[in-house]
Amino acid sequence: MADNIPKTPKLDELEKGGWPSFVKEIKMAAKRSPMGGDLLGQLEQSYNEKIGHWKHGGIVGVMGYGGGVIGRYSDLPEKYPNISHFHTMRINQPAGWYYTTDALRKICDIWEKHGSGLTNMHGSTGDIILLGTRTEELEPTFDDLQKIDFDIGGSGSDLRTPSCCCGMSRCEWACYDTMALTYDLTMHYQDELHRPAFPYKFKFKMSGCPNDCVASIARADMSIIGTWRDQIQVDQDAVREYAERGLDIQNDVISNCPGKCMEWDGKELNIENEFCVRCMHCINVMPKALRPGKDRGATILIGSKAPIIEGAFLSSVFIPFMKITPPYDEIKDLVDRIWDVWGEEGKNRERVGEFIQRVGLGNFLDAIEMEPIAEMVAHPRENPYVFYEEYYEEDDGEEEEES
Amino acid sequence: MAKTVEEIADAMFNMVKDAMGQKKLKPMDLTKAMISLYGEEGVDKKMCKGAIKNLVDSGRLVYTYFGGSFLEIPHREGAAND
Repeated sequence: MADNIPKTPKLDELEKGGWPSFVKEIKMAAKRSPMGGDLLGQLEQSYNEKIGHWKHGGIVGVMGYGGGVIGRYSDLPEKYPNISHFHTMRINQPAGWYYTTDALRKICDIWEKHGSGLTNMHGSTGDIILLGTRTEELEPTFDDLQKIDFDIGGSGSDLRTPSCCCGMSRCEWACYDTMALTYDLTMHYQDELHRPAFPYKFKFKMSGCPNDCVASIARADMSIIGTWRDQIQVDQDAVREYAERGLDIQNDVISNCPGKCMEWDGKELNIENEFCVRCMHCINVMPKALRPGKDRGATILIGSKAPIIEGAFLSSVFIPFMKITPPYDEIKDLVDRIWDVWGEEGKNRERVGEFIQRVGLGNFLDAIEMEPIAEMVAHPRENPYVFYEEYYEEDDGEEEEES
Repeated sequence: MAKTVEEIADAMFNMVKDAMGQKKLKPMDLTKAMISLYGEEGVDKKMCKGAIKNLVDSGRLVYTYFGGSFLEIPHREGAAND
């Protein structure tokens, strides 16, 4: 099988240096599967010609599902017959990306049996990505994956595979159980995950604390970020110990506080918690001395996305604080109301953030029957001409015209 | 008069069949069309969801992706290599 590896001088350059190389991995896979050799050949040709040679398929999938398989075909099938079909499968990862080595071996065995053997751990949405198989192998792969309790993830205009940080399993800052919520939402919204019915994709990402290790604020239509609503827990002895050991608390902590809510007199650290913006900086610098408060939950933010119709958005606050406890009815009720309005009124390829921007936050809130609150204001209004309906009477304008 | 899920599925299938080659329809397009056709007393979103599930599970329609997800009658796609 090693004979099928073509000469690839350009790709070989990508094997140099200290970083892992996908070229090296494809060459290893080529020793086991003829797909690897043809993949290297086509890629080298693309580098030489500066032209991509993939065609996007739009119809392949497994029976009953509308997502999770991304069709790919080579546009040079005679020259590279082994990758004439090279479909990608997205597999729903376990919450927090925890696997046993046994489970990983089984996934890899299935993929070597049915596909190229090449994987991407993990795609940017969080799924396990299985790269390269033929159309006729999709159903058998799906069947074998189901036997080891793995399911296909989301793609297209559906709920994308929810993902989360490791949360309470490893992190002392987690303000709610991210893995439990992720699992619950994944199971509850199976229909939305597998049967695309939205105007475009919708992503949940769960972060246990404002450090936001899964970058949910930038990548999720609904970012669920752990927070607290009482006071930061302070161990003054531990703060003093940090100072004694050389930490410059004034410069490294106090001066960097975006809320300017802290004071340090050399003995006591005082925090005005009502001005704390939950940036986590002080907690990250002095983890032995400071901890998130005890009344913990999450802030729900909405709307982030990468540029397609509009430019990139960050999520903005929608619900400043919500307790995140099973059975998560409050969050599911909110999600259902949002999907109902956006699903019906959203345009094709319009993300929920873009939809809110188009119809206006006020109209959106009216539609989902929520009251506006100050925390929802992402930034001050640019337009100073604001009409307050309760102070504005229709005949005011007419009188002015007459005079 | 309330319609059955099967009746809604048939109406949806015919709509997709008639639009084939002219317009790609999304699940919400079909749902809105059914509510418009039969009225809210005849169908609701849940029934439409069930009808779409029936159509896809039976293989009469398939989900396709062309910059967004649509429902279409199964066909050989242009990009496919035999």
